[in-house]
Amino acid sequence: MASTDAALETLVRGVCAGDATAIADALARVEDTRPDALEPTRVLVGLLEAATPRERAVVGLTGPPGAGKSTLAGALVAGWLAEGHGVGMVAVDPTSRRSGGALLGDRARLRFRPDERVFVRSMAARDQLGGLAPATRAAVVVLRAAFDTVLVETVGVGQSEIDIESVAETIVLVLQPGSGDTLQFMKAGILEIPDVLVVHKWDLGAQATRTRADLEGWLRLTTLEPGAWRAPVIGASSQTGEGVAEVARAIASHREHLAHGELDTRRTRARVAWALELFVRRYGSHGIERAGGSAAAEALIAASAGSALDAFSALARRAGLSA
Amino acid sequence: MADRPWIFRTYSGHSNARASNALYRQNLAKGQTGLSIAFDLPTQTGYDADHPLAAGEVGKVGVPIGSISDMEQLFEGIPLDQMNTSMTINATAAWLLALYVAVAERHGVARGALSGTTQNDIVKEYLSRGTYVFPPRPSLDLTRQTIEWTVEQVPKWNPINICSYHLQEVGATPVQEVAFALANAMAVLDSVRVPREKLGPVFGTISFFCNAGIRFIEETCKMRAFTRMWERIGLERYGVTDENQRRFRYGVQVNSLGLTEAQPENNVPRIALEALGVTLSRDARCRALQLPAWNEALGLPRPWDQQWSLRIQQILAYETDILDYPDIFEGSKVIEKKTAEIETAAWAEIRRIEEQGGVIAAVESGYMKRALVESNARRVAMIESGERFVVGVNRFEHGEPSKLVQGESSVMSVDESAGREQVARLRAHRASRNKTEVEGALRALRDALASGANVMESSVRCAHAGVTTGEWSDALRAVYGEYRAPTGVDAAAAPRSDAVLLAGLRKRVDEVSQKLGRRLKLLVGKPGLDGHSSGAEQIAIFARDAGLEVVYQGIRMTTDEIVTAALQEGVHLIGLSILSGSHLALAPEIARRSRVPVIVGGIIPEEDAAKLRAEGVAAVYTPRDYDVLRILREMVEIAAAAHGVD
Repeated sequence: MASTDAALETLVRGVCAGDATAIADALARVEDTRPDALEPTRVLVGLLEAATPRERAVVGLTGPPGAGKSTLAGALVAGWLAEGHGVGMVAVDPTSRRSGGALLGDRARLRFRPDERVFVRSMAARDQLGGLAPATRAAVVVLRAAFDTVLVETVGVGQSEIDIESVAETIVLVLQPGSGDTLQFMKAGILEIPDVLVVHKWDLGAQATRTRADLEGWLRLTTLEPGAWRAPVIGASSQTGEGVAEVARAIASHREHLAHGELDTRRTRARVAWALELFVRRYGSHGIERAGGSAAAEALIAASAGSALDAFSALARRAGLSA
Repeated sequence: MADRPWIFRTYSGHSNARASNALYRQNLAKGQTGLSIAFDLPTQTGYDADHPLAAGEVGKVGVPIGSISDMEQLFEGIPLDQMNTSMTINATAAWLLALYVAVAERHGVARGALSGTTQNDIVKEYLSRGTYVFPPRPSLDLTRQTIEWTVEQVPKWNPINICSYHLQEVGATPVQEVAFALANAMAVLDSVRVPREKLGPVFGTISFFCNAGIRFIEETCKMRAFTRMWERIGLERYGVTDENQRRFRYGVQVNSLGLTEAQPENNVPRIALEALGVTLSRDARCRALQLPAWNEALGLPRPWDQQWSLRIQQILAYETDILDYPDIFEGSKVIEKKTAEIETAAWAEIRRIEEQGGVIAAVESGYMKRALVESNARRVAMIESGERFVVGVNRFEHGEPSKLVQGESSVMSVDESAGREQVARLRAHRASRNKTEVEGALRALRDALASGANVMESSVRCAHAGVTTGEWSDALRAVYGEYRAPTGVDAAAAPRSDAVLLAGLRKRVDEVSQKLGRRLKLLVGKPGLDGHSSGAEQIAIFARDAGLEVVYQGIRMTTDEIVTAALQEGVHLIGLSILSGSHLALAPEIARRSRVPVIVGGIIPEEDAAKLRAEGVAAVYTPRDYDVLRILREMVEIAAAAHGVD
């Protein structure tokens, strides 16, 4: 047992030092979906979270296909690296409904030198809608222990905009001008989610300016509580580089805003979502009933100490189920 | 009156300028009537021989040309004013043309006396060959500059050779071949800015480079459709009144895609029959022909192999009566019907491309690449299912062992020391030149780039000053940027006929994934400079449809990048595709530095395959292994075994 603990400690130390091999090993462990892998994962996640400085950022980047998310992600990551930050990135691609397989193509648009402090992991989404796989959340824990900033990129076709809220603390929605998506997003209430809006392909000119005006008009209609964050709308072009620094600055100011209290709320929200998802996946709605209903379950998770996986175990114990 | 024979060429070049020059002189002595220069990949993609990406690639698929000193050596003793030289060069075509002109000038040959072709067709590089450097728009603009310059300065030169050849090699149907090539030619012509009276001469210098497959009746009709459509485009779209300028001029290399590694002697009749498709019809006869060698699927052909292909041409032209008659298909209803059918479908496809905003937009959106990847997947599936016969491969597989591949090696191997010698030669050249002249010439090139002036004259000055291929290309990269093309695999679908076969494999993939605790994950990598990505693309699509998670980053990755990606992505297996012959330099290093098994696919002679296996490569696949599903099945088992899963 002692030797296992020592090995685990070495692994955690390696991850925190940004060692690529250690990070890869840790990711392999937390991605393991076999039932008996849950307990070791819980222990590892607990150790990693305890070793992670509180201020480390998780940024979510989402938007419809073709909006140029990967290219913008590449530009943002390059900017952070230039400032001396280490960056971890999770790129989520849809899964083929027919085969369960996936082509993970984002990496093709991200090129960094092998000696740069960046670690990119591509993942397949849970389903066609782009919803996050449970492994994504665990991977974020590993990368956050290793790097100053973690970027999670998802394809937004509905589900993922909702899901990204439960893993990232600053959410950037990338839209392309004149695609009709904007209107759909307004209708669906998705525009209420992002903290930063980017009108990408800004080099398209008039069409792009119009899209930004539409978005700003819509955002002005929403009433905000005093002191609340107002999401900026930024025109950016990865082709010309215009606006990319402004997006990075907006992300940074949102981080500062979060530091004044909202960060805890967001992290709790992420913990609840992860623990609940895991719980429902394993025990179904029957399990939720046994735990006293969903409101009670959420309250228990929010109040429990430790990681989302610890909360999951506590919930299972409450429901009289073996975790 | 009998027709004149076409120009006989052999696509060749290897190791270094000295060895290639000797080969060219031998070939000309054997009755070859033109030269077709093959450049190595660093030259084609604008890198000096000592650049990290050039490792293992120098002198492999062609001759390395690093500066004017190599170019002079390449043409030593060959009278440039009497030669018709075809250069297979694209992204860096402007540079190699500048070197050619500079060598001519050193020998006192006037620009106006030079004739030949620079391939210079960038669009198909994005779709198939992969030796692009800059993004599509600046690349096309560079092509425009070479056209505008040659029409004034080197009027007998064909500055561009629009290629449908490479489209067929990646699976294009005849209709796609015709439509994509013509749409491409129109994009080039639309970009050219010359006075109206020059448009006819410009139109007249555009030539084509086509392919001919084994279905040679259909190929004949394809060439007839090409001829008619080009004529109509000249007249209607560009108002070219001179009939001679409107003529469809084309050279051919017949199909290599259909050549087999199994029973390789069968390739000789295949090559001869394919040549018929482009020579039978006088109205649509090629201007120049080069035939591949029977052993191309095995490795690099030797001079004797190339001579055999030249002899096929000579027999066809000089022994048969093919040149004696007017067009023998005139009045044939069958040929007419098939030609019209191809023509109608090709016009429709051209309209589809134009509706999307033209060729460049259709390249950037990935539309054309996707269409080709899908056609190729259909072709592969037809061979696998036995719907299409390939003698010796899926039909009549059993026979006597081939006498052609017994005993001594039946391919040529490039001496590994050629690369090192070239690096030494390059460094000596750099040391010997006049620094001030080099700096001045490069400054003039940068000024031309910055002001948007034509870069050709300043490139010729760079050539004379001894600027290297890498330096010239870097100056352009700094202004134009570099490009990564869409891989075409993200949205392409595998053909449905495979669904049943795939289902069985998918069950096994699910089972292995469950035992592993996560889905089986594969990295498909293309190390080195080789841009032929069809094999990698097919494996990626089929693997996804078999239920694997597949990471594919496209072409031109360094070994470092592949090793890093495999680690970061946590894949269970790495599949490498290498067609340039640099497998020994690249694959063992990746295998040594990775924690997961590595398999390699490519044109790999058996001796090399044995070496690769001895150096830790788990499996080697060659063109003989046409059954993608079998390869995938084996890959899944290799990954499973390596991770302790049964």
